[in-house]
Amino acid sequence: MSKNAIIAGLVVFVIAALFPFWFNIGGTNAAPEIELSAKAKAAKKCVLDKYDMRANHMTILDDWRDSVVRDSDRMYKSTNGKEFEMSLSTGENSCLGCHTDKEKFCDRCHNYASVAPYCWECHTDPKEVTQ
Amino acid sequence: MKKSRKSFLKKSRRSFLKAAGISAVAIGAAPAIKAVAVASGGGSASSIPVVSPKAEALTAKRWGMVIDTSKITDEVVEGVTAACRNAHNIPDFTIEPDAEKYPNTRPAKKMQEIKWIWEEHYQYAFPEMEDEFLAEKYKSLPFLVTCNHCKNAPCVQACPTKATFKREDGIVIMDFHRCIGCRFCMAACPYGSRSFNFRDSRPFIEKINPEFPVRSKGVVEKCNLCAERLAKGEQPACVEASEGAIVVGDLENPESEVRVLLNENYAIRRKQELGTEPSVYYIM
Amino acid sequence: MLEIAIKGSKKYWIWLGALLAVMTAAFAVYIDQFMNGLMITGMSRDVSWGFYIANFTFLVGVAAGGVMVVIPYYLHNYEKFHRITILGEFLAVASLIMCLMFIVADLGQPTRMLNVLLYPTPNSMLFWDMCVLNGYLFLNIVIGWKVLEAERNQVKPPEWTKPLIYLSIPFAIGIHTVTAYLYCGLPGRGFWLTAILAPRFLASAFAAGPSFLILLCYIVRKFTKFDPGWEAMQTLSKIVCYALIANVFFFFCEVFVVFYSKIPGHMSHIKYLFFGLHGHDALVPWMWTSMTLMFVAIGLLLVPALRNNQTLLPFTCIMVFVGTWIDKSLGMISGGFVPSPLHHVTEYIPTVQEVVISLGVLATGLLILTVLFKLAATVKEEVRG
Ligand code: SF4
Ligand code: SF4
Ligand code: SF4
Repeated sequence: MSKNAIIAGLVVFVIAALFPFWFNIGGTNAAPEIELSAKAKAAKKCVLDKYDMRANHMTILDDWRDSVVRDSDRMYKSTNGKEFEMSLSTGENSCLGCHTDKEKFCDRCHNYASVAPYCWECHTDPKEVTQ
Repeated sequence: MKKSRKSFLKKSRRSFLKAAGISAVAIGAAPAIKAVAVASGGGSASSIPVVSPKAEALTAKRWGMVIDTSKITDEVVEGVTAACRNAHNIPDFTIEPDAEKYPNTRPAKKMQEIKWIWEEHYQYAFPEMEDEFLAEKYKSLPFLVTCNHCKNAPCVQACPTKATFKREDGIVIMDFHRCIGCRFCMAACPYGSRSFNFRDSRPFIEKINPEFPVRSKGVVEKCNLCAERLAKGEQPACVEASEGAIVVGDLENPESEVRVLLNENYAIRRKQELGTEPSVYYIM
Repeated sequence: MLEIAIKGSKKYWIWLGALLAVMTAAFAVYIDQFMNGLMITGMSRDVSWGFYIANFTFLVGVAAGGVMVVIPYYLHNYEKFHRITILGEFLAVASLIMCLMFIVADLGQPTRMLNVLLYPTPNSMLFWDMCVLNGYLFLNIVIGWKVLEAERNQVKPPEWTKPLIYLSIPFAIGIHTVTAYLYCGLPGRGFWLTAILAPRFLASAFAAGPSFLILLCYIVRKFTKFDPGWEAMQTLSKIVCYALIANVFFFFCEVFVVFYSKIPGHMSHIKYLFFGLHGHDALVPWMWTSMTLMFVAIGLLLVPALRNNQTLLPFTCIMVFVGTWIDKSLGMISGGFVPSPLHHVTEYIPTVQEVVISLGVLATGLLILTVLFKLAATVKEEVRG
């Protein structure tokens, strides 16, 4: 095989491999604005502090689901002294009970990060199903 | 995989104290136990999160159900099945899905239906007790059948992932997150109590109840003895709708309502000869 | 060694192309199943396992059948099987891969498959089945490959393969025994709840596996210069004969126990299969076909003149194969579910989609089998050559 062919092949490969970057050129890539609901603002404290929550909420949810389903422990007392119902969406004291606007709170960031958590295949947004 | 992740949760207050106690004894510092106990029990912030059941939860050593067959009428059957259906977002494949919300929904197959509690006639509920000369009244009587929350549950034994498991209080329950949909539990259950989600069932749920999740396709489901309601101190939905025909309670407690009923009446269980030890009794 | 597989005649490539076409079509249907769920199958609340699990069960048998050449050759030094042991091992490999694919095709949540490993549950027979199936697959790949490579280099296979070969024998019995235990330990399924199930599975496996191997020998003889040897094939046909008789015998033991004891929960399944129940009789013609095929095949295999007839034998083998397939896959699975534990009769008829996906799995298996057999035949040609 000639040297040129190899180089041409490499160029094609590199261009293809950088596809995600080409694809996003020109788009706005600013991080989305997350809107806290009035209730969440008033509550001040979440399960963990803000940055811990941002990084680790999925692990917490994973722990919570095992705790609720398998050990039937449903209440969670955080180290900051607040009590929560370990539930994504049922009741006033659950995640969505406080963060009432799923679209503005969960989805914006998930969409931005291109993650599609399959929680929502089963768990429902109370706002959406009751309307 | 799972183990390596950071966990934010201590199992329970009790097991935490146990662990704290053991380590305290190990270093010979008994007063430390007290200090920890005060910190985690005293309402103020503690250094680790604590999980617990809700204070108002109904508990039992072994949950059981007693169904008084003489009180079951067609209306009761109707009410009970509808109550369970609404409480748990169980699809009804006979309804026409909302074409706007769920366009291009393929028609449902009746044979792939989902049900947690339903009506059967005597010869199906108790097939091995079929009797040519059975009293006429039993032949036409509606019976209600559901999961028996067997003490020796074959479905639990068969499940390869522990997605179906038995809680300490006797409830046999599903972890929908873990189920791989192999349907081994369905083959194992001698009572046909389990249903499989052959499809996404949302289009066939008339009104979604936000208090309970719906299910994704590909998992198995069945009666959970309304664990989510017991946890809030409420009676199961079918009990509330049954006009006194269904009672649940603690089989291990001689004073409980179910035990009193069993003491005063002749009650049978389904396929008792298999040794699965069902926890659902039928007063004849 | 793999380079042999990419040098082939036109016919070879046309055949592989055809298989690939089937696989592609089946994959497209599988995507539909993956997106929309098992609703596209004919399975139901009452008959919760169908065509996939049926074929899985049968193919576990074909895989285990390979041991019928391994035992005579390695334990009894039966030299005539020298040339075909490798075929038996490669047949096992292809069958096992099909088995695993059928299991995955049957799962409602295939992406969570690894939960079986993440939460190992020793009280579930499915967990053990997964262990032995993968173990046997691994053993056969290693053994087959090493032995063939050694033959190509005209040296003795490495010493460490010996213990593996011996280990593969209990594994072969194990895969089918554990597969039978999936069914026969379930209370309330009268049709399966019988201790004869595992022996019966093994007997039908030892008929189906070797009869398929004989057919493959014919094909290899026709398309390559490698001759597995007529004598080896004759011995195989005797094995098929014994195993088939045992299979039918075990079945009659079952029929006797069920109908003499007259326990309704056990009788109803066999009645459904052979006579129909409450007007439902979809499987009746199939079951009688199966019985007829097996009986005629026994006759053809028992008479030496007929058994040793080179033109008749392949037809006999096809009869055995089809007969045991109906018996074990269609009959065994549907028979167990109908009537349901509540004695309702819900019949099961696979849908077109289900059959296409199954054909795709079979095509994949045949593709693997073709490549492996080509390797084996070419190496044998070279060595002799
Ligand atoms: S009735 Fe069936 S599903 Fe319920 S516990 Fe018993 S075996 Fe399991
Ligand atoms: S279908 Fe789900 S619950 Fe049933 S045995 Fe399989 S993994 Fe367990
Ligand atoms: S106990 Fe709850 S889940 Fe079970 S049948 Fe009654 S309402 Fe349904």
